[in-house]
Amino acid sequence: MTLLNRVAGAHPGTSGRLSRLLAIELVVFVLFALMPLLLGLVWSEDDSFFWIVFTTKVLILCLFGLSFDLAWGYAGLMSFGQALFFGGAAYAVAVMSRDLDISSIFIVLPVAVAVGLVLAILLAAFLLTGSRTPSIIFVAFGTLTGSFAAERLARAWYYLGGQNGVSVTKALTIGDMPLYEGVGFYYLAFGFLVVVYIGCRFLVRSQFGLLLAGIREREERVAFLGYQVQLTRAIIFALSGAIAGLGGGLYAFHEGFVWPALMGPIYSTQAMLYVMLGGVSTLIGPVIGVTAIEFATIILIDYLRDFWIIILGVLLLLVIMFRRTGLLGMLVSERERIGSFRWRGANHKSDSRGD
Amino acid sequence: MALLEVKGARKSYGRLNALDTVNLVVESREFHGLIGPNGSGKSTLLKCIAGAEYPDEGTLTFLDEDISTTPPAVRARRGMSLKFQITSVFNLLSVYDNILLSIQAAHSLWHLAGSRSRRVLHSQVMDILSEFRIESRADDLAGELSHGEQQWLEIAMALAPRPRLLLLDEPTAGMSPEERRVTGDLLRPIKERCSMLIVEHDLDFIKDLSDVITVLDQGRVLDNGTPEQIEASERVKEVYVTRV
Repeated sequence: MTLLNRVAGAHPGTSGRLSRLLAIELVVFVLFALMPLLLGLVWSEDDSFFWIVFTTKVLILCLFGLSFDLAWGYAGLMSFGQALFFGGAAYAVAVMSRDLDISSIFIVLPVAVAVGLVLAILLAAFLLTGSRTPSIIFVAFGTLTGSFAAERLARAWYYLGGQNGVSVTKALTIGDMPLYEGVGFYYLAFGFLVVVYIGCRFLVRSQFGLLLAGIREREERVAFLGYQVQLTRAIIFALSGAIAGLGGGLYAFHEGFVWPALMGPIYSTQAMLYVMLGGVSTLIGPVIGVTAIEFATIILIDYLRDFWIIILGVLLLLVIMFRRTGLLGMLVSERERIGSFRWRGANHKSDSRGD
Repeated sequence: MALLEVKGARKSYGRLNALDTVNLVVESREFHGLIGPNGSGKSTLLKCIAGAEYPDEGTLTFLDEDISTTPPAVRARRGMSLKFQITSVFNLLSVYDNILLSIQAAHSLWHLAGSRSRRVLHSQVMDILSEFRIESRADDLAGELSHGEQQWLEIAMALAPRPRLLLLDEPTAGMSPEERRVTGDLLRPIKERCSMLIVEHDLDFIKDLSDVITVLDQGRVLDNGTPEQIEASERVKEVYVTRV
């Protein structure tokens, strides 16, 4: 377990036992890995299929939530336009599929990532390259404007299907093999989530992550140490755009349809809620937040058709008011959330307060 | 060649002239004290040198390059390091991580993303913690340190990247007499490594430490010389006796 802690850059306890944060991460991912099997044991084939398809959507939205956590939780950029990267990439692959007949995963997903990346770089260039440090409000309104403008453009542009959006009638293909919704698509989305998550985890626990932790706490001080703060933030913002783009590309083919709201402020707000509920700057927080909100929504909407959204809103409000670190903040200390960046090969006194 | 040269620096905030045609030279391996009563412009001058503020007029030359409008990050990479007046360590990070953050600034972002220097920098981090007598607190959060220890940590952070010029803004503010004495002991050996420009209220503390002292009053240089010359200066006595 000590090795796992080291790999994850976690803050181990005195006995070197598994850190609480790492334990939560492992439980969540093991549950997702076994989900199709567990669903098959509990439900009939038809019901199980429904829940597998639904959970696939949840996994894709986890990528979206993760991208917002990187931007806000780690780079301090309140991106109210995160859906621009998600929806923009979804539209790009939907149009490619419709007009160019391209649905190969090896073309479609790199294009989706590139669209999210380029859109984020353009927005970062506009928001972060001024002579003054951009305020949270400036970034929030700047990104919101981009998201709102993209939604309006999609609604008004006939080529993008206007209000009706674009249908994605072709299945995603790996070579000659089509990938329809179901277990195959589930594990594809799960695989991408695992890879992206491990990559992000590695980054935020690296020396670069230490720099991000410094920026979060004292941005000005970090600049006086010699760091290019805005460039650092722009890199994370671009990365978050690329991850949202990947999610958008998968979402378009999984749902078979893209529509203007997918790029707009409502979806952007949804990303923010996922992260706020789950726990900001934790990475696993957004995964928990997406899962909790999406499952609560689909369950509540059946039983409390007219009130579900109010109940959900009140729940979110309570968490944000009384537990600003989200659900994960109830289980994991702030110290463990930030982590330790000390070289773990050295013999040193372990500190148990991180557990 | 002077390490740092300030020529005719002026800085105003509305009608208030914080700096009025200030000239200052810091030579290589020189400990230069900057003193003056409240509102004399000491901190403003230090901020202009570090890049927290830009002078309205005048030039700043560091290592023969004009840095008058250079951003603070670039000045830091060229070898200038600042300790703020108000303690500004990273409270949520460990003492060790505060020093690591300071030292690794010399490395590229790509390098940092791969954590390539974490192992190499470990001994440097421990050495500086040991030098500043906070090695045993390495794993504690910086926010848990006493005020004096936080000041030492911040001086250690400023010194860790091996700067050419260390700028210290009131390093003993809020310290007990014993902590002041220890701070003096910690700063003296630094002379072998870099120059220092130190702002202080306390003339007794600074005279033991400095080679040259510049006295500011109402945004102007009142006097400049060795500690003995400054102690004997009638103009300085007048300011310190009448206004401090």
